Amino acid sequence: MSASEYNMTEPDSIVVGGGIVGASIAFGLARSGERVVLLDEGDVAFRASRGNFALVWVQSKGLALPPYAAWTQQSAREWHDLARILSDETGVDVAHSQPGGFTLCLSQKEVDARLDKLTRFHNRPDAPHFPYEILDHDEVKKRLPDIGDEVVGAVYSPLDGHANPLLLMRALHSYLGVKGGEYRPGHAVDAIAVEGDGFRLKGAWGELRAAKLILAAGLGNARLAPMVGLEAPVKPSRGQLIVTEKTSPFLCNPLVTIRQTNEGGVLIGDSKEEAGFENITGTGVLSIMAERAFRMFPKLRHLNVVRTWSALRVMSADGFPIYDQTHSGPPAFVTSCHSGITLAGVHAMTLAPTLSRSARLPEILAPFTPKRFHVPAH
Amino acid sequence: MFRPISDELRQATSHDGSPSVRAVGFTFDGRRMTARAGDTVAAALLVNGVAACRETPVSAARRGPYCLMGVCFDCLVVIDGVGNRQACLTPLREGMAVETQHGARDIGALERDE
Repeated sequence: MSASEYNMTEPDSIVVGGGIVGASIAFGLARSGERVVLLDEGDVAFRASRGNFALVWVQSKGLALPPYAAWTQQSAREWHDLARILSDETGVDVAHSQPGGFTLCLSQKEVDARLDKLTRFHNRPDAPHFPYEILDHDEVKKRLPDIGDEVVGAVYSPLDGHANPLLLMRALHSYLGVKGGEYRPGHAVDAIAVEGDGFRLKGAWGELRAAKLILAAGLGNARLAPMVGLEAPVKPSRGQLIVTEKTSPFLCNPLVTIRQTNEGGVLIGDSKEEAGFENITGTGVLSIMAERAFRMFPKLRHLNVVRTWSALRVMSADGFPIYDQTHSGPPAFVTSCHSGITLAGVHAMTLAPTLSRSARLPEILAPFTPKRFHVPAH
Repeated sequence: MFRPISDELRQATSHDGSPSVRAVGFTFDGRRMTARAGDTVAAALLVNGVAACRETPVSAARRGPYCLMGVCFDCLVVIDGVGNRQACLTPLREGMAVETQHGARDIGALERDE
């Protein structure tokens, strides 16, 4: 297809990767007045955005890296504005809510381990403190009457929330259209050349030039970033999910491994924080997930499972996001993270506007440079 | 709207006059209906003119059996008090009480019965 068939032959910026991360950034650029083209692969893409658990989750993020905790908290705050703007501008309600979230523990050892991490975090002088409670069985039972007898306790934080990721994806893409940007599926990028004061991207579809480039291609960033002198050492990390039939509402709070969607289905999943599952694959994982879920909420045993699936997280060696930028030549940026839903608020409302205004990353993201992986091991 | 093709097929292919198929009685939302042994609940509903057997949880749209192979979940019904049964995967039995599935299934009702 020739460039003349598009109404934009040279947009202000190109975002590579049409998932939640890329679409959130495209949202913020378009809202800042930029003409944005969002290039996406076809349905062969890994699409972590369609396999996620859709938590906007704070209580366990960055306990070992305070800037990540601060970035996450900021995102949870900015999610309210993002959801409101999407609803106003596209008519899509992405079902965002922040009722507070629980991590249910099935042994005192689990409670103690979480309390230990939280205490260490809040004792650090640089920690961005956040509200949380450690609850015993009786207190959890008061707030979540359907829990099973085996629940020993829980961590609760009022900052945790959730949303509908499929509606979020649709709303972000719709918003881009409303603002005159373009989403182009079937546009896998094969090569990127630095050319004068911009970048020329090429694929089987043709080529496109822009002065500013944002790579948000998930696992594809590992291949694309070196083309512009950046790096994004990320690897896939499989996660599996179960969804049940829709049932009447019984759980409005998200849990780290169980949540009832706004439409009634119950998602049972895993997350990065539950690293214990990560070395197990196949139906073994699903049965462990289901068994733990039954112990947490015995009534779940009545429900039929409708689907199970897995998706690949975009994981760095230390589990934290990667943000990097070019230091000479035209501005290019790379964003890699496994918590695209949680970070959608801050990507849309802070990161992208900053990129638009200054063509530099916000200062708070300095610790997320991939140069941290260059430290030799001892 | 729907009718079984097996009677016509039998007449066209049978040489020995096979015995007729046994009738099975059931109810749908309290109405007495009849279908044939070997039918699925979905086929029994369709042949009795029931085109919609559930209301969706999200928009309350009326839906009925569609794919007839267990994939689309549009034929969900309550059978003998158990909600969200897939009518197309459930063989019809004598005396079954089939009801419209209104919205999401309530698992709380099952808990209360125990």
